[in-house]
Amino acid sequence: MSEPLLQISGLTKRFGGVTALSDVGLTVARGEVLALAGDNGAGKSTLIKAIAGVHSRDEGEIRFKGQPVDFATPSDARAAGIETIYQDLALADNLDIGANVFLGRERFTKFLGFLPRLDRETMRRESEKVLEQLEIDIETRKLTQPVRNLSGGQRQAVAIGRAIYWKAELLIMDEPTAALGVPEQRKVMELIQRLKAQGVAIIFISHNLHDIFAVSDRILVLRRGRNAGERAIGATNGDEVVKMMVGG
Amino acid sequence: MATAAAPHAPAERHPLLAFVAIAWSWLFLLLLVLFFEFWARLQYGSTFVLNPYNLQSIALAASMPLLLALGQTLVIIAGGIDLSVGFVMGLASVVMATTMQATSGLHPGLSLLVGIAAALLVSVIPGFISGTLIARLAIPAFIGTLGMYGVCRGVGFLTASGTTVPVNNPWLFQLGNAKVLQVPVPVILTAIVVLVMHWVLREGRFGRYTYAIGGSKAAAVRAGINVPRHTVMLYMLSAFCAGIAGVVYTARFSAGAAQGGEPLLLDSIAAVVIGGASLFGGSGTIVGTVIGAFIIAVIQYGLVFINVAPFWQFVAVGVVIIVSVLIDQSRERLTGGGRRDE
Repeated sequence: MSEPLLQISGLTKRFGGVTALSDVGLTVARGEVLALAGDNGAGKSTLIKAIAGVHSRDEGEIRFKGQPVDFATPSDARAAGIETIYQDLALADNLDIGANVFLGRERFTKFLGFLPRLDRETMRRESEKVLEQLEIDIETRKLTQPVRNLSGGQRQAVAIGRAIYWKAELLIMDEPTAALGVPEQRKVMELIQRLKAQGVAIIFISHNLHDIFAVSDRILVLRRGRNAGERAIGATNGDEVVKMMVGG
Repeated sequence: MATAAAPHAPAERHPLLAFVAIAWSWLFLLLLVLFFEFWARLQYGSTFVLNPYNLQSIALAASMPLLLALGQTLVIIAGGIDLSVGFVMGLASVVMATTMQATSGLHPGLSLLVGIAAALLVSVIPGFISGTLIARLAIPAFIGTLGMYGVCRGVGFLTASGTTVPVNNPWLFQLGNAKVLQVPVPVILTAIVVLVMHWVLREGRFGRYTYAIGGSKAAAVRAGINVPRHTVMLYMLSAFCAGIAGVVYTARFSAGAAQGGEPLLLDSIAAVVIGGASLFGGSGTIVGTVIGAFIIAVIQYGLVFINVAPFWQFVAVGVVIIVSVLIDQSRERLTGGGRRDE
């Protein structure tokens, strides 16, 4: 395994008197898929939010690309190349794919040589390109429609495509398949494998052991805010994972 | 990856029906004009729409509510509402008139400029206050702007000492009543503001962010948009448009009146809604709002033209508002454009 892209050690996070995370460690390398499992309240969400710059940490170190980092906001983390995709996907449903991919970073062209004007054409073409790169098929007529007309899996793909377009190197996904039907779940799993093949590191939270075993390289289990175990996916099985999750 | 049809994708609908669902406001305006035209030909043996005086009157009648509706359109697209515009307009009008009274010793052109500047400067203050309350203190838009509705109403009447404030200034009169190539100056002014707002909303970063905030505040925040700041600017923009309407009002009547904009508030919201904007935010266009304002103006003027008791205007506009929302709600279904928001 190459040098880890993300390396966390001794991470501790308290909310008032409650210790949400205690001495948690984790590594992910480029092109690696790490599944994050654990019962409700085990600290999975707190952990990814600490990585994504939503929560500050009380103790511990986060190194990204070898450098110690301390993100004050999610925008800082994103600028560094860490993108988090939450279940709500944070898409503006009333805008089309190009508008969503470029939201906050719009491209402009000049009308009559002086009047700035949204460059819809370029934004649409660039978005199409990144979706193609990820082998995501979206009907041509839907490219210019509001993204609410897309299926759940396609919307997920747009959120991922946006992250990739802006050069995310680490993708953190919170239950990416939870809201999807079975065929769409499979597509998202395929997409994760393609991202991995393109060298993107992925951390994904899932309750679905089938998904975890289908795409991840390693699994990290949290229990009550602590590392409860970490296994290469070929060296474990569902029973052991469940045991680590519930303890005993 | 093969493309599976979305599970809820509706069947394609009849193209004619889809066309009507999208273009109904244009069609409705056209039908209204044709109706009054036929009526004029049959009853009076004259023309309705080809008479320049009628066109001027309709455009003039549409211009002030339209000015209020322009800023309102952006506020509504962002998921808010501005109830204060009518009295902000009145306040601007009164401030302009009193300022011009106080500077009546100056050259009339200069006095007019000072009056306009004062009106526009004062007008953005209530917008700043309601915007700040809504964006930073989480006051609902309805309440924040209702509060400023009351404040501006009171301050307006206080400034005017409870009466109308007459201004005798030939430049002001020209601004409100002159015509350029048969087009009244207030209509030209309104048209300019329409063009600017259309561009800002459709082609500018500001407009794009406005849609994004209305579509999903979470998405806007994630994209790095400063949502509170943008929201404050939206309400200031709406108030500024109301300020321009106040200037036009003062110019048309050579007087400032605190209550001048009161009846226009609902017309402005109606124009936005008839124009296809959703009160839930996320959709709407300036073109739609212009059509909406003209539908209202044609109904109002046309009913007077055919000698119907003026109170029927209210009934007619009310019915049109409801019908327009009904059509919008079934638009997704009629056009087969996909499922609705989850």
